[in-house]
Amino acid sequence: MVDTMPMNGTMTDVVLRAKDCDIYYGAYKAVRDVSIDIPKNKITAFIGPSGCGKSTVLRCFNRLNDLIESFRLKGQMTYHGQDLYASDVDPVEVRRRIGMLFQKPNPFPKTIYDNIAYGPRIKGFKGDLDELVETSLRRAVLWDEVKDKLQESGFSLSGGQQQRLCIARTIAVEPEVVLMDEPCAALDPISTLKIEELMKELVQNYTIIIVTHNMQQATRVADYTAFYNAQVVEGAGGKVGYLAEFNHTETIFSDPEQESTRDYVTGRFG
Amino acid sequence: MTTVSGAADAFDAKSLKANKSSSRNLFNIIMTTLAGLCIALALVPLVLVLFYVFVNGANRLDLDLFTQLPPPPGSAGGGISNAISGTIIVVAISTLISVPIGVLCAIWLAEFGGDDTSIDEYVRFGVNMLAGVPSIIAGVFIYGIMVRPGRPGYSALAGGVALAVLMLPTIIRTTDEALKIVPQDIRWASLGVGASKYQTVLKVVLPAAIPSILTGVTLAIARAAGETAPLIFTALFSPFRFSGIDNPIATLAVLVYNFAILPFKPQQELAWAASLILVLLVLITSIIARIATRQKTY
Repeated sequence: MVDTMPMNGTMTDVVLRAKDCDIYYGAYKAVRDVSIDIPKNKITAFIGPSGCGKSTVLRCFNRLNDLIESFRLKGQMTYHGQDLYASDVDPVEVRRRIGMLFQKPNPFPKTIYDNIAYGPRIKGFKGDLDELVETSLRRAVLWDEVKDKLQESGFSLSGGQQQRLCIARTIAVEPEVVLMDEPCAALDPISTLKIEELMKELVQNYTIIIVTHNMQQATRVADYTAFYNAQVVEGAGGKVGYLAEFNHTETIFSDPEQESTRDYVTGRFG
Repeated sequence: MTTVSGAADAFDAKSLKANKSSSRNLFNIIMTTLAGLCIALALVPLVLVLFYVFVNGANRLDLDLFTQLPPPPGSAGGGISNAISGTIIVVAISTLISVPIGVLCAIWLAEFGGDDTSIDEYVRFGVNMLAGVPSIIAGVFIYGIMVRPGRPGYSALAGGVALAVLMLPTIIRTTDEALKIVPQDIRWASLGVGASKYQTVLKVVLPAAIPSILTGVTLAIARAAGETAPLIFTALFSPFRFSGIDNPIATLAVLVYNFAILPFKPQQELAWAASLILVLLVLITSIIARIATRQKTY
């Protein structure tokens, strides 16, 4: 059994916790035995080869997998000790606290202003919406670039700007956790750096989990890194993902316990 | 470097000049000509119909046409004002009925029908069947429900309902398609900031799909405006001005049908003029549809 708890109890607050989670799509088991504690106000990176289930696990944390008909979770996922999948939990409430950023920038086909204002309006925000839009855009370091064209379409921005717009939209609803599913995969290196700087900025107020294929990115931004691996299932013809190792980022990249982790982070497979 | 220059020589040996008489190029020319001819052939009826309607309808295109009622059979003058307003009223009724039902049905199909439920497949199949129903059947159906002896009788409302039956499948199909084009990412983004399913559909997906939906609605309207058969059974005709949606009403299509077969020249002229107005109305709605499509988001 892999020790999934980071070392020496320095971790104080656990925001999200998965315990013995198996994830199924229909009869197909996609991920097995995931147990992980996500520390508060830290950046945790999920790395691993394609098909190892890192995005699947990520989407479980804000119940986005609920939208997939055949999805089923066995095991327990908690948010501050509350079972995320308890029958009386409203997934909409979960998603308000645990925001999500996607691989492809996906602004709404609305103005820049309305993109940000959408979430707060849905929540029934009463207060100065203009101010909230401005703060959100400032926190996403986009304000100076868009302050003169708030009424233009979100599509008029470049890819990197769109992704920062999506970040601003996510943090406008004041979530506690932001899940990022390969947020820089569709961006150029300069935009990627901007997003990474932004993440380091945001982590003071938010807990961030980022799925990335880019190992340099994990070493640049993440405090903790979880390495997921995939294993061929005998007979079933498919692969099942599992959490191979979870530790401080430096440890994962310099002195991992598992041979497979070492092979992956040194680029020998994946 | 001998191999390189050798290769270049071999390359030069084959001419790059176009050879017009090669079988490939000949085939190309023949097929292009054939396709061009077919385009011309397809356009002939369209151009001729428009030309014919314009030539015959234009000489009665005066102010009286839009303001006067049809004259008694045999007498000259008059207009088709009641039929123009009647067509607009009947189409408005059918739009009011079919658009809410059609759009909500499509929302259910596209957004709420599950992957593993077959209900939406049955509904889609039913909608396609409905689209193939001849318009006269829609007329007879509404006649049986709303018009036949013992029922309320001929009325503008019955005409509107009959046209709504015809518009419904077009609206459902185009809206269904329009909603499906909206990328899944957008829905996830909306749910990701804590919107409910219906908030997502109403505030993000539907606005993004509206240009395409409008196109479908205007096309349905254009089709319905020209329908005659279902109206003969339901809205009937009236030589008088509009007098409430529970009374028979004049429409352009039925006026054309009634007057074109009369043996009187003034009536035949009015039928031509009504045809022209009908064609223009359909043309205008189609142009609106095109403009709406141009503002597509996706």
